[in-house]
Amino acid sequence: MAVLEVHDLSVTFTTPAGPLTAVNGVSFELEAGEAMGVVGESGSGKSVLSRSIMNILAGNGSRDGTVIIDGKNIDELSRRERKHFFGVKVAMVFQDPMTSLNPVKRIGAQITEGMTQHLGISKREARSRALDLMRQVRIPSPEERLQQYPHELSGGMRQRVVIAMALACEPQVLIADEPTTALDVTVQKTILDLLEELRRERNMALILITHDLGVARGRTDKIAVMYGGQMMEFAGAEDLFSTMGHPYTEALLDSIPDVMNPSHTRLTPIPGRPPDLLDPPDGCLFAPRCKYAQDKCTVEAPPLTPEWSDHMFRCFYPVGTPDGLEARRVNEGRGVTATGLSLDAEAVVS
Amino acid sequence: MAGSGTAHLRDDPNVILRVTDMVVEFPVGRGQVVHAVSEVSFDLAEGETLGIVGESGCGKSTTARAVIQLPKPKSGEVLFRGADLAKLNSSEMRRVRPELQMIFQDPISSLNPRRTVREIISEGLRVWGGGSEDKGSWSESRITEIMEAVGIDPRFGERKPHQFSGGQCQRISVARALVLDPKVIICDEPVSALDVSVQAQLLNLLEDMKERYGLTLMFISHDLSVVKNISDRVMVMYMGKVCEVGGSDELFAAPAHPYTRALLAAIPGIEGAVGAEEIDGDMPSAITPPTGCRFKTRCPYADSACDVEPEVQEVRAGQFVACHHPVLDSPAEASEISVDVGDGVADKMAPEVSAAPVVDSVDSSAFEALQ
Repeated sequence: MAVLEVHDLSVTFTTPAGPLTAVNGVSFELEAGEAMGVVGESGSGKSVLSRSIMNILAGNGSRDGTVIIDGKNIDELSRRERKHFFGVKVAMVFQDPMTSLNPVKRIGAQITEGMTQHLGISKREARSRALDLMRQVRIPSPEERLQQYPHELSGGMRQRVVIAMALACEPQVLIADEPTTALDVTVQKTILDLLEELRRERNMALILITHDLGVARGRTDKIAVMYGGQMMEFAGAEDLFSTMGHPYTEALLDSIPDVMNPSHTRLTPIPGRPPDLLDPPDGCLFAPRCKYAQDKCTVEAPPLTPEWSDHMFRCFYPVGTPDGLEARRVNEGRGVTATGLSLDAEAVVS
Repeated sequence: MAGSGTAHLRDDPNVILRVTDMVVEFPVGRGQVVHAVSEVSFDLAEGETLGIVGESGCGKSTTARAVIQLPKPKSGEVLFRGADLAKLNSSEMRRVRPELQMIFQDPISSLNPRRTVREIISEGLRVWGGGSEDKGSWSESRITEIMEAVGIDPRFGERKPHQFSGGQCQRISVARALVLDPKVIICDEPVSALDVSVQAQLLNLLEDMKERYGLTLMFISHDLSVVKNISDRVMVMYMGKVCEVGGSDELFAAPAHPYTRALLAAIPGIEGAVGAEEIDGDMPSAITPPTGCRFKTRCPYADSACDVEPEVQEVRAGQFVACHHPVLDSPAEASEISVDVGDGVADKMAPEVSAAPVVDSVDSSAFEALQ
């Protein structure tokens, strides 16, 4: 059974410049023990998505659609249930370990706080569980660490503490929002290894939000590619890289320097810039930057098809299909796409 | 690793910048100092891009800043076109500064929010003029030309930085650096704050500008794929010391320093391809760094030999390593992740290293087959 179900989730922020739809019609299910990657550039809505699942949106944001965690619709919780739900059933690890820890409280107090509040256990028991957790996240000399303050720990150690805190109430779903972006590569690897192990040990569902496709690829079972608040493509992790359907996924992969390529290999940037969500373009959000764009893409927004399958994408002219090849051929023939994007490789509009 | 020595410095008339035994220390009170950069040497040939990689706190940014004497290094020599920058007085240094420009990590905070783009780009010219005789005069057409070169529409010259995206702001930073016709541009994590699609635009721009204006680049980044893409040579640093220096393709194909290998092995997506040992733990304190090799506390090969600091030595043509136990794998394993290693590298492997090299014996049959 799915521990997390998200149906047609949309998030709109009221801003002085008008309503801004940061997440637009996202649906997915996550089984226990399964890991899902959410990738996308800044502004693609990946963090807003996770915050709306945790029910911690900013005051000017409103959520539409349903989120069901462990069989409970989060909008139908009673006050009492709500108090012991977020942080217990579903927990979150944030990007910056320094700002998610209280600088003037000892590590021990911060880890035990959730347990004494939510699980109703004694301080003494919480403390012994905290020690256990510290060992599980491989923090050396945990007894001493419990007495220390966050500033006395290195970045990698702090992130381990934050993970230990998130795990304290044994959540069924863990959301990790860019958990390693602030860390060095060697530390990144150990933290990702740790998350993977803990997920397997506890049969916990994991949402790993990252801008790094390489991180998502090796560490998740399925990946959602977000752009302008929409899920552009959703597929099994290996499937996504071997038979990607959406031109944005293809463009994103092409723009990343590959360490296997010789140095000075010319990179292929994505021309243009992400859509202005206060005034999104008609039709497909990616069309203005897409090499495949045809007239149809500028008037009609492609749906995510085929619905609820293992590999879905939003595109009329998918990569590698006869329609897609034909669209590329037409555009290359005339030198521009239907949105007026020049296909001359060097003419990159900033 | 993490040794000193100058074996990797080249005796080449094209060398435009040569740093020898540079030391930078920061006092932290009670007579203690942070050893940020310790006896680092490197050189930069004209038209070359040197990439500097390492974990945070390894001294890569401090190294770059100390080159332009901000802060002044405690000791060591920084020869730029024959003049030792460390010995120049402040007015002499001022005259050299236009030739050495810098691009910073944060595209927004490195631009003055109250100035227009045109004012930001022209500031250097306002101070220096077109040439040193003609202070304070410059041509608007020069600004327009530079803006066009970096891909900022000159019509937007009257806008302020907040009206541009991060990628465009970084283009403005490039324009500001270019306007004084510098010889060397030091790029300190210039793409770290950008999204990958925009990062590719900026990396391509830097390559184009390098060609168009004949620039020499120092490129600092923690992202190994980015460094490999843009660099001709790469220097790996750890705790203020040099670990390994070599050609970009060669170094990534056959990393010899245990630390370089661990770094490469940690790149997401290719884990295991390098076949290296993992390292664990954190960097020791830079106030009391380990004696001898500074990497010995985390190195899988460390032994008593490592209590003596290793000197930089050549292990293959053009590849220099500061380590008593460099890993010289069979080329068969290396070629799996390699590109063009260049000819003659295989012949030069192994034997000429003084301390016992660690040779992977697992794949020796493939090694023989290749020979």
